[in-house]
Amino acid sequence: MESLKRIGKSPTAVIGLILLILVIGMALSAPYLFPRDPLSLAGRPLQWPFANSRFWLGTDTTGRDIAAQIFHGARVSLLIGLVATALAITIGIVVGAVAGYYGGVVDDVLMRVTEAFQTLPNFLLLLVLVAVFGTDIKTVTIAIGLVSWPASARLTRAEFLSLRSREFVQACRTLGMRDIQIIFREILPNALPPVIVYASVIMAVAILLESSLAFLSLSDPNVPSWGNLIGTGRSVLRTQWYVSAIPGGAILLTVLAVSLVGQGLNDALNPRLKSR
Amino acid sequence: MRILLLALRRAASSLPTLLILLIGLFLLLQLAPGDTVDALVAQIGGGDPKMIEELRRFYGLDVSVAVQLGRYVWRLLQLDLGFSAIYGKPVSAVILERLPATLLLMGSSLSFAFAAGMALGVFSARRVNKWPDTIISTLGLVFYATPSFWFGLMGIVIFAVHLGWLPAGGLEEIGAGYTGLRRILDIAWHLVLPTLTLALIFLATYLRIMRASMLEVLTLDFVRTARAKGLSPGRVVSRHVLRNALLPMVTLIGLQAGTMLGGSVVVESVFALPGLGRLAYEAVVQRDLNTLLGIVFVSALLVIAVNFIVDILYARLDPRIVT
Repeated sequence: MESLKRIGKSPTAVIGLILLILVIGMALSAPYLFPRDPLSLAGRPLQWPFANSRFWLGTDTTGRDIAAQIFHGARVSLLIGLVATALAITIGIVVGAVAGYYGGVVDDVLMRVTEAFQTLPNFLLLLVLVAVFGTDIKTVTIAIGLVSWPASARLTRAEFLSLRSREFVQACRTLGMRDIQIIFREILPNALPPVIVYASVIMAVAILLESSLAFLSLSDPNVPSWGNLIGTGRSVLRTQWYVSAIPGGAILLTVLAVSLVGQGLNDALNPRLKSR
Repeated sequence: MRILLLALRRAASSLPTLLILLIGLFLLLQLAPGDTVDALVAQIGGGDPKMIEELRRFYGLDVSVAVQLGRYVWRLLQLDLGFSAIYGKPVSAVILERLPATLLLMGSSLSFAFAAGMALGVFSARRVNKWPDTIISTLGLVFYATPSFWFGLMGIVIFAVHLGWLPAGGLEEIGAGYTGLRRILDIAWHLVLPTLTLALIFLATYLRIMRASMLEVLTLDFVRTARAKGLSPGRVVSRHVLRNALLPMVTLIGLQAGTMLGGSVVVESVFALPGLGRLAYEAVVQRDLNTLLGIVFVSALLVIAVNFIVDILYARLDPRIVT
């Protein structure tokens, strides 16, 4: 409860929450405000924003409604962000927990694998995965999750290393609890706060990764993704720059919202930083 | 000397990791639909089965995966990255052609992000919680959230299209035939926007870390001693705080070397720079798997090399680190 109060006091966290609620609102209202397929032809191409009251954000190069794409794009971005983050965090927690709890050879092997993932630039790995498994939206989401887990694994491992020899863990062992029970029911809840905070960073990066892929037209072309729209607008950048500018602003606000909320969470859950 | 040995040992210990990585990727790429020959045949617009078979034999694709992997690792140990069917020359030659542009871009972005992040971080920490600090921190958050390719595109719209101050893309004026200093200036001119674009996100991170690290070091006892000695605030920062506060920044360089390489894929595509990143993108689109693997190999080597340099820097900054 006290943490919640502290979130309420920090202005950045409040701004972040408002922005985030706004984006979530856009995502939820999209099917009601824009019931038509956002990728279908809506009107004359390349109408400037506010020029036609039917398309208040204008239309893109092929005459699709930009506002509809922005609203539906919020769904895509949030969904990809959430699913990829959940996947990355899950892998990270399992790998980090097992490595930190058992130590020794298991730790060595798992950390080598983590290192291998960290040595390779994650966007390059993402390119390879997309090249191999295709650009379907599900594949892209899973691929983003697969390249984003190493940092959370390291974080979980560090927490486990410091927690595994505490008294309460020894007590659990004396009680004869199984390892799985100790790891997931006893230690994990204590190790979770920093990992949860880090999840906001992963989500912000995941949204940026998807938009970069979509911009390079290596993501699913059949989904109204903000990155796709920016890529489309690139061909008319010199004259109709708004086609690229608008979705970029949407990405910026969403990522900003996610990282502000994450920072607010961090300040609230980490009392040592209170004075800063 | 001991530092050098230590750094070398750490770099060497990452080589097995690299090998595991490459074998994993090689096997992964076997899952890709279609091979180089398919892509090649598609590019020349079809061909008869006999020719296709011949091509497969030429590129060593007619044997089992295990044999291919064995050959691949063997060639890799001899630093032979294979042959790119799309570019019609050895992969190492293709990569070497593209490497300078990427190194230039990464180097200039890193230097800019590091210097500007450090300056802003110090400035911010010395006025903590006053309005300049708030403005700088907010700007840092906005920079962090900006998709780099979008920032690049908007930069082109404003500075190249509307104001006409900077070129919209390319590494240099092709056909101008500049030489010597004139050519260097021309390339620098072309790199202004790409450098800023790539540096943006890193600038935000450096600024945040530098500010936090300064605030932490400023509370330590030796700073109080320095103040008690009667040193001016500026001297306390420049002589005592800065060096200690820089340690986390240096760590960050090593951690972000990979991210920066990944970012250059997008930035090079936006600005049509003939670099490694764009080569990676082209390799994906053209299914040139040999080249893609080669790029992965070279990128991983680059990351390891950067971390090697970071280790040495680290030891130089903090004399306590020797073992």
